[in-house]
Amino acid sequence: MKQRNWYLRAGLFLTVALALLVIVGCFWTPYDPAALMSGPKLQPPTLQHLMGTDKFGRDIFSRVLKGTWTTFSIALGTVAVGAVLGTVVGALTGYFGGLVDDALMRINDALTAFPSILLALVVISVVKPNSKFGIIAALGAVFIPSFARVSRTAFAALRDVNYIKSARLMGAGSGRILLVHILPNTMPVLLPAITIGFNNAVLAEASMSYLGIGVTPTNPSLGYMLSEAQGLFTAAPWYALCTGFVLVLLVFGVGLLGEGLQRRGGEVE
Amino acid sequence: MKYAAKRVLMLAVTMLIVSLFAFVAFDLISGDAASAMLGMEATEEALEALREELGLNRPLLVRYVDWLSGFVTGDLGVSYNYNLPVWELVAPKILVTLCLSLMSFLLIVAVSIPLGLASVRSTGALAGVQTAFNQLCMAVPPFFTGIILSWVFGIALKWFTPGDFPSLTQNFGGAMRHMFFAAVAIAIPRIAMTVRMLRSTIVSEMEKSYVRTAISRGNDRSAVLRRHVLKNALVPVVTFLAQTMAEIVAGSIVVEQVFGIAGLGRLLVASIANRDYPVVQTLVVLLALWVVLSGTIADLINLRLDPRLKLGGDV
Repeated sequence: MKQRNWYLRAGLFLTVALALLVIVGCFWTPYDPAALMSGPKLQPPTLQHLMGTDKFGRDIFSRVLKGTWTTFSIALGTVAVGAVLGTVVGALTGYFGGLVDDALMRINDALTAFPSILLALVVISVVKPNSKFGIIAALGAVFIPSFARVSRTAFAALRDVNYIKSARLMGAGSGRILLVHILPNTMPVLLPAITIGFNNAVLAEASMSYLGIGVTPTNPSLGYMLSEAQGLFTAAPWYALCTGFVLVLLVFGVGLLGEGLQRRGGEVE
Repeated sequence: MKYAAKRVLMLAVTMLIVSLFAFVAFDLISGDAASAMLGMEATEEALEALREELGLNRPLLVRYVDWLSGFVTGDLGVSYNYNLPVWELVAPKILVTLCLSLMSFLLIVAVSIPLGLASVRSTGALAGVQTAFNQLCMAVPPFFTGIILSWVFGIALKWFTPGDFPSLTQNFGGAMRHMFFAAVAIAIPRIAMTVRMLRSTIVSEMEKSYVRTAISRGNDRSAVLRRHVLKNALVPVVTFLAQTMAEIVAGSIVVEQVFGIAGLGRLLVASIANRDYPVVQTLVVLLALWVVLSGTIADLINLRLDPRLKLGGDV
């Protein structure tokens, strides 16, 4: 029975729509997000200011666009670093096994015992990155263990199936087997893991900038804006609500995408 | 018993790795504690004397063992920022975070298990709506819920005063009320995840042949669900709930900040901002211990639930 995968469609739609908005926001915003007095102070949403203005008269919509880009790009970079390096580690240990596998998995156990945000806080406070790339590298390192675990299981499960055995008999090298034969077949597992990782990265970045650790205030990020908006909740509830709404929408869209991918993966099996 | 002993040993090894990691990492970056405490103008003799007094001129490994034994003796060094022994700073806050985590945990268990069982029955479009709603709940970050809850119940309804957290010993009820809303904020995304996990576990369990046999013999479907399936589905759920503890701890770090609850998380954030590394070191180990301990307890509970685990060794 062929069912329409509504999760995948809705997720794709939401994610692509937000991504487009973010890309537009990269080049053009209705107002300069840093400019003071783009309009009256603490104005509720109007047609001129879609999400109102904050206490310095800055246009919140423009700031949200920029802030979403900060959060989005850091999460994307983090997941890219974590997924690529984690998959390499997981592939090698899962496929070859042995002592290295045992040792790495013990370290992995110890690291995944930490909540990722705690690990991220510690790594950020140890490394003290002062640029976006520094934060991506530090957060990315935090996400390696979870990806390594997922891909290790996937690679280990396919290590001894018949088509891999026959590829090996025909003289295919380990590199070719890993890249061409196993990697594409781990996608039903890896793709949902990537969407979950992305959401965790968004939440980790937002939490950290909410706590004032991470991105500098000159670079508006959704978490930092929320901490600013919390103090203004009585005077300007739209500030927190609009900012939070965009953050929720971003995570929700990717979450639906992951759900859809997972279901599609299930059908393939 | 052998398995239990092995599990406890694993806990000890994990905690050793965690504490060594925390100690070495912060030892490398914190630089010279003596000059941090005495300031820029300190003379070389005074620095030397303080280093001698604090025992900073001993080898790394000796200091590590000394610091580790501090978790038993209560001597964990001195906070740079408050000039107080770390233990005095940390001890009163342990109970606060413990209460908050337990409260969120109980909320998660109490809400998600009935919801999860109920969600198994729905099929078709209703199940789709449920899944989407579940994803939505997972997408709401605890600190955003926290901001809204603290405004609605704290500022508008005045059920508690945000930022003014009563002392746990003097005003237990008030502290609990304050913490309840924080616990709700932490619990919402976790409840959604647990329901989803419970549903998929039960659904895959229902497809097994023993269930078909039980139903074909004329047993009531819901009785089979309650009496047989739930028992078998419990092992992965207990493991999952232990992982939830890690996420609760993570959530409490942020949510304590939102509600102004003076717990370990708030102290951690403040200490990171102030570069008060002796405090951060201790907090990292304590929070990790709490997480690893709940994992161990979950494994021991699973051992009771499913004695087969004794033979296999791995969960």
